[in-house]
Amino acid sequence: MPETVTAKLLDHPRNAWYVAAWDHEVGRKKILARTVAGRPLALYRTEDGRAVALADACWHRLAPLSQGTLMGPEDIRCPYHGITYDSRGRCTSMPAQETINPSALVPSFPVVDRYRYVWVWVGDPALADPDLIPDMHQMTDAAWTGDGLTIHAPCNYQLILDNLMDLTHEEFVHSSSIGQKELSESEFVTSHTDTTVTVERWMHDIEAPPFWLKNMRDKFPGFSGRVDRWQIIHFEAPSTICIDVGVAKAGTGAPEGDRSQGVNGYVMNTITPETARSSHYFWSFQRNYRLDSQLITTQLRDGVHGVFGEDEAMLAAQQAAIDANPDYEFYSLNIDAGGMWVRRILERMLLAEGRDHAPAPRRGAQLVR
Amino acid sequence: MAVSRTEVWQGGTVVASRPLTPEIRRIEIEVDDPAPVSPGAHIDVRLTIAGERDRRSYSIVDATDEGRRIALSIYTSPVSRGGAAVMNALAPGDRLELTQPLNDFPLRPGADRYVLIAGGVGITAMVGMAASLRARGADYRLLYAGRSRPLMAYVDDLREAHGERLRLHVRDENSSLVVPELVDGIEPGTEVYVCGPIRLMDAIRREWMKRNRPIADLRMETFGNSGWFDAQEFTVRIPASGIEARVRPNQSMLEALEAAGAEMMWDCRKGECGLCEVRVLGLSGDIDHRDVFYSERQKDARSKMCCCVSRVVAPADGAAVVEIVTS
Ligand code: FES
Ligand code: FES
Ligand SMILES: [Fe+2]
Repeated sequence: MPETVTAKLLDHPRNAWYVAAWDHEVGRKKILARTVAGRPLALYRTEDGRAVALADACWHRLAPLSQGTLMGPEDIRCPYHGITYDSRGRCTSMPAQETINPSALVPSFPVVDRYRYVWVWVGDPALADPDLIPDMHQMTDAAWTGDGLTIHAPCNYQLILDNLMDLTHEEFVHSSSIGQKELSESEFVTSHTDTTVTVERWMHDIEAPPFWLKNMRDKFPGFSGRVDRWQIIHFEAPSTICIDVGVAKAGTGAPEGDRSQGVNGYVMNTITPETARSSHYFWSFQRNYRLDSQLITTQLRDGVHGVFGEDEAMLAAQQAAIDANPDYEFYSLNIDAGGMWVRRILERMLLAEGRDHAPAPRRGAQLVR
Repeated sequence: MAVSRTEVWQGGTVVASRPLTPEIRRIEIEVDDPAPVSPGAHIDVRLTIAGERDRRSYSIVDATDEGRRIALSIYTSPVSRGGAAVMNALAPGDRLELTQPLNDFPLRPGADRYVLIAGGVGITAMVGMAASLRARGADYRLLYAGRSRPLMAYVDDLREAHGERLRLHVRDENSSLVVPELVDGIEPGTEVYVCGPIRLMDAIRREWMKRNRPIADLRMETFGNSGWFDAQEFTVRIPASGIEARVRPNQSMLEALEAAGAEMMWDCRKGECGLCEVRVLGLSGDIDHRDVFYSERQKDARSKMCCCVSRVVAPADGAAVVEIVTS
């Protein structure tokens, strides 16, 4: 059973789909080298467009295949001595011999292209069911539009999940854009299932912070006045958090379900552990109004990029403080309810994989400073 | 499918040992440090054979309880190099040193169809693969070839588990595997996994290449201990250094040369890598190529051999002798 002391950092489940890359990052022009859940991968596409993820280490002398060459419809050639592999990681030719060593192969990992991302499963391939990919349909649904970027965050993935599950930090970290004092004053409701956690918060009849005022004016030119604001944070195991956010003219029925007098966005986040202390943080902001405006798409993307830059700086500082103070524990506040349920789910996933939940301490951590 | 190449050594306790056939014994081991067993996995065991530390590989037939208890099948060939005798002597309570599961022969999920082909004791590698394919609802066939039914282990269990997907080919019953027919009957897009004697693997590979089928669809697990002929004693000479050695039937040419003081290079010791290659200067008899390293053309040339597995057989009218140059 999970321990009572809150783990500062969590190991990541292996039997899970993680986003390795945006779909446009994986192609035939160059082979993408990226580490997903501790596994260095070489990512590319076959001639017919299928994404492939092979271990980024040749069978022979472990040279990185990502520095190799694509050959024919689906093969990849090692940059060192030229062994070639097909998309399944099976050797298709060896230099200087007429046969192929039957044990020659590199691991090939299950891959699915979905929601503009390339998802990879680095755990037991027999369990890789595409139906387990979290719902991110706003990424491709015609009713929504938007764009996003990737943050390479120098911290354990769990710190990012904590950050997204508790948005009261907006008041302090994002004071010039989306922060306001009503965030920590208003009530929130937390609910969960075996694989999901939801935190919902409504702020009634408040001033719109700068980011939301601008969005309201994009949809309702010249808008001024008070708004009802919402944040509905939805976590899906192991590390996808889609946040339904928006504001509507105060008292027009948004809390009851009529959002027509407001603006609605989805902050789509999916976090891929890279190592125990670094993560790929894929995000996108999707909206369901003024769909044809590239201007708004770009402004929103850049605006959120600025906001997330503030998170990134805090996450890096937090990880550094954790590493510098190995003897201090984490304590919790009431606002951590969502994040604590996320930990509970992840700890159960790790136990089911027969693993302890804390990652190995960084070598020499105690000696730092 | 991840390939585990990291050797983690651990202890294990024998918990059961019983004969399955006159030649095959099933040994169950409870390991100290369990790890998941993927289909196609094997373990290596450290043994003391005739006073010398050595290691042998055995496929894991099945495993329970997240790999806590694993079962091996030990085949005593008439030319066993001594490992089987040591393994067969194990009794419940005995301790031994073994690796966590290793896998050079992983089953890849996601193919359209699978054909598993086992010859003789090669079935040990296939039991787990077939079970895994069945559990996943995959389209597969399991072909099991042997000399005679009493010598074929696991037939009843396999019949029960796989029903019509299992086909037996028994030489004594005149239902031997006909390899060209077999290969013709395999549809494109099928992955083929073979484990068994070198004759079977060579024959399948030859037919496969003849038809220009993709070599990556054919997966083979080699044991390197079966040949075209029975193993017999022969003489090897290295004229350049004056070394001469007798190679006993239960010993490899590589072992005999090392024992005689020749400095040899090798890696896999199962006929796959070609590092142990020696050039043949003179030959009285014929080479029994037991490797999968050389092509048919190279084997026919009789000019080189992989001395870790390949042997020499005597001509009708004389002694078996090979003269070689080492690298
Ligand atoms: S390291 Fe790849 S071919 Fe040698
Ligand atoms: S040592 Fe590898 S073929 Fe002989
Ligand atoms: Fe934030």
